[in-house]
Order: sequence, then structure tokens, then C-alpha cells
Amino acid sequence: MMKEPPPARRIYRKLFISNIGFLFLAIPLFAFILFIAYMIFYLFSNGINVLSWEFLTKPPVQGMTAGGILPCVIGTVYITLLSLIFSIPIGVLAAIYLAEYAPDNIITRIIRSAIRSLAGIPSIVYGLFGVALLVRGIGIPPSVLASGVTLSLMNLPWIIATAEEATHAIPGSFREGALAVGATKWEAIRHNVLPFAFPGILTGILLALARTMGETAPILFTGVSYYTSGLPQTILHKFMALPYHLFVLATQHDQIMKVRPLAFGTAVVLLILVLTFDAIAFIIRLRIAATNKWQV
Amino acid sequence: MKLRRSVDRGVRILFSANAVLAAAVLVGILLFLLIYGIRAFIPTSAFDPEDPLTHPVKIISFLFGTRWNPDAYGQPRYGIVPLLLGSVITTFIALLLAIPLGIASAIFIAERLKGGVRIAIKMLVELFAGFPSVVIGFFGLILLGPFISRLFGVASGLNILNASLVLAVMSLPTIISVSEDALRVVPYSFREAAYALGASPWTTALKIILPAARSGILAAVLLGFGRAIGETMAVLMVAGNAPIIPRSLFDPVRTITTTIAIELGESTFNSIHFFALFALGFILFLIALGTNLLAESLIKREKRSFTL
Repeated sequence: MMKEPPPARRIYRKLFISNIGFLFLAIPLFAFILFIAYMIFYLFSNGINVLSWEFLTKPPVQGMTAGGILPCVIGTVYITLLSLIFSIPIGVLAAIYLAEYAPDNIITRIIRSAIRSLAGIPSIVYGLFGVALLVRGIGIPPSVLASGVTLSLMNLPWIIATAEEATHAIPGSFREGALAVGATKWEAIRHNVLPFAFPGILTGILLALARTMGETAPILFTGVSYYTSGLPQTILHKFMALPYHLFVLATQHDQIMKVRPLAFGTAVVLLILVLTFDAIAFIIRLRIAATNKWQV
Repeated sequence: MKLRRSVDRGVRILFSANAVLAAAVLVGILLFLLIYGIRAFIPTSAFDPEDPLTHPVKIISFLFGTRWNPDAYGQPRYGIVPLLLGSVITTFIALLLAIPLGIASAIFIAERLKGGVRIAIKMLVELFAGFPSVVIGFFGLILLGPFISRLFGVASGLNILNASLVLAVMSLPTIISVSEDALRVVPYSFREAAYALGASPWTTALKIILPAARSGILAAVLLGFGRAIGETMAVLMVAGNAPIIPRSLFDPVRTITTTIAIELGESTFNSIHFFALFALGFILFLIALGTNLLAESLIKREKRSFTL
């Protein structure tokens, strides 16, 4: 009474049509990947001949129409590192709390939801908050410090999200093993969870670092400067930064076409810095995936 | 033993304090924007009946005013409508492009790619999400701008179309990765059941998996919206920035974010103008917060619907 199974040809035709369908879905993805590749290629091919030892180690001269970008590189490094000095300890500790200690109740849910929402707040709003709280509220002048703290508020939720995920991914049996031989909860976390979660936490920090370097809106009003002579003497001085320098050379400078090569060079240096830290983060993530069998 | 117990308790308190501190940042932003923004609507200490620059803004003319012109001699205008319209139009056109392209890409990644290739492509998408927005804006300025101006024969390529294209590209990574997650959350048994009934992988993906993941995909769209409406620097570089109500795709446009970026530096502290910019920031904050909370609850709902 059973019906004949469909002939193999019909199945093949069905699969063929199915694959054609997926092929169409793949087009936008490959177009997007090509776009990213072309953009990187275009910027590099235009900017690479500007790059030189002089470009990296000399300040801008002659009304920023010549010279290098040393103060911008240094400024970007300063504010990025300063922001991480604040956000790494707070972020990692908060993440461990959320992953390991937080009871599943309404307060935890509010805290978690608030931190997640922070990640979606536009960066210009962080800039406003920096002006209101740090510059006008506390009275820190627009400076490396004010910008660093503003950026740390912005990258805090990124660090928490990845660190919580990395800690959460360690299986319960790791903790139970330590607890069974008499360790306190902290000792179990300290010795049996954190060492294994560390590479994942580090990945998150590196990705946060890369993204922070490229941010402009939060530093616009909290200390970045069109031009400073020399490097910032203290963290209470104004500074120059790579992304803002690129913005200025591209749109604000009064000899836009003359400084175009310098703009390309600045874009390439910024891109190289960002991509390098992203690449390190991805290599670590691939190694985690390859070595830790408990993480899928 | 006693020492170890108290260390354990101390660590717990220290860690929880940091979590509370991080969450308090959100409350801090809300409060500061509110306190600063609201002062645009009440007379400040500098109030002078003779000087229109010191007159507080009426809430009605802020929300419904169709002109934004803080520098006008005699009568400064703080109507948010052209700016809000600028933000919404550019974001809307961007999403019109990015939603279908993003969801198509997500289906392909989730249903067809495996192992190393999938990880590599997801990383590339994430990499682009972290690209400095000034670099993307620079690209739009020097390449897309002249291209649009030549292709359509318009005087300037810095307009709504350019801003929308740039925003489409910038919201794609968010839409792709959140929808891909949403599709992967659908249990494998759904696919097996469909295959057992004779459905092809293509039919399964479109008719079974996509509808099952709809709330997660809606969340992806919302987060893409949040990303696009909050973008500042890239839009600032390619949108032309005239605070007028646009009439065509080739008109320049000014968004909420770019207005803050352009004007905060030149407004004097404690002026009505300065506080009005915080009021703009507060509106932007509310839009972003609402979008995020809604997206989060949609993602949770999808996950819950698959747990028995």
C-alpha cells in the first residue's frame, strides 16, 4: 500500500533549486565582503606612499599642510590606554559578579539590562555626558583625562559583555571540583575559572581597545584639539587624536585638496592600528576554539 | 578558615559594587541629560526680557517647530522637526537597503556555512562593525560623493542619498550578526522535522526557520535602527548638514547627532542654545534606550519560546 518513493531525479532537482536559492542569498554577503576589501584596498593604495618614518615621528608643520602625525598617534595611545585603565578593572569585576555571583532576581535583571542598554547609547551622547559630568560638573578641563574617562564609560559595557560571556562559558564542573575539596567560592573562581576564562576576557579587551581608538564623537568636546604644539605635557592638557585629525584634514582644513594625501596617510595609520588589535583578538579567539574542547 | 570566609564575602561585595557602578552610568547619563536639557525650557540666571537670545524655548515650539536656527538675529529658533526628520529619513532609507541584504546574508551564513569559513566570515563582519566611523565617512566623502554627483548630475554628492548609503553599510554588521544568532537559536530538530517531511533546505530556511526566528530578527532590525540613528561622524562627513526640511534625495540633510557635533563647540556655556543641544541629546538617548530595551525583550522572547 506504500506509495512509490520519488525518483532520485526529482530529489536532485529539488536540491538543485534549493542550492540556487541559497546562491542568491549569498550575493549580498559577498558584495559586502568585496566592499570591505575594496575600501581597505582603496585607502591603502592611496595612503601607503605617504607613510614614512618621518610621517610617523614628526609633528604637523606649515599649518598642517606638511610634516607628520606624531602628536595624533601619541594622543590616541594616551586616551585609549587611560580609558582602559578605568574600564578593565571595573568591567572585569562586574562581569565576574554577573557571571558567577549574581542571583537570578529582579535587581540582577535590571543591572544586566542597564549595562546592555549602555552598549546601544550613541557615542555622541557619551560626549554630552562627558561635558556635563566631567568638564562642567567636576571641573576637569577638556583634556586627556576627561576624554579618557568619557571613553572608558563608553567601552565599559563592551568589556563587561565579552568578559561575562567568557566566564560563563567555563563549565560548572570546573567550579564543583574545587568546591568539593573545600575551596570557598572565590578560591574556586580564582583558581579554576579565571585562568581558563582569561583568553576570552583578553579578546574582549583587545576588541574594545581597537574600537576605542577609532572613536571621535565622545572626545570632540572633552579635550581633542585641532592643533597643539608639541605633545600633551600632563593628562590635564589638550591633545590631538588620529580619528579627529582625519576628520579635520578631510573636511575642516582650509586647503582640503593640498592635505588630501596626508588625510589618506592618517586613515591608513588609524586603520593599521585598529586592524592589528582586531587581528590579535581574533587569533586568540581561534586558539580558544581550537584548544578548549568545552567551548563550542 | 574564618579569614578565608571573610575574604570570600569581601570579594563578593567588591565585585557586586562594580556591577552596580557600571549600571549606574546609565542612570547618570539619564539624569545629567535631563538636568541640562530641561534648562533650555526655563529662564536661566542670564534671562533678560530685552534679549531674545536668553528667552527660554517653549516645549511646544521645540517639539513641533519646523526651523532650527539658533544663530538667527532677533529670534533664534529651536524646532527639532527638521533634525528629527533628517535622522529618521536617512535611517529609514538605510534600513530599506540593509534589512533585506542583512537578513539574506544571515540566512546564508546560518544555514549554509560551517566551521572555519563561518567563523572567518563572522569575524570579518564583526571587524567591520568596529571600523572607525571617520574612516567610513572619509570613504563616503571622497569616493561615494563624487560618484553620486556624476551619476545623477547633481551639484553636490553630499546629501541624503550618500548619508543613507553610508548608514546602510554601517548598520549591516549589526543586522547580520544579530539575525544570524536568532536563526541559530532555532533548534536543529525544527530542520530535521522539515527534512523528514520532504522539504528542501531552501524551503526549510524560508518557511520554517525564518518565521520561527522572527522576534530575534525584528530585534536585529531594531538594533540596526539604533546603530544608524546614533551614528555621528560618518554622517557629519557626507550629509551636507543644512538644517532644512529636505525635498529630494539630493538635498543636504542635518540629523540630531550631527547638530550636536557641529554646534556644541560653538555654543556658549549656560546659554539656551547649549542646553537645547542637551535636550536633543536627551531625545536621542530615549530613542536609543527604547530601541535597545525592546530588542532585548524580543531576543529573550525568542529564546524562551524554544525552551520547554
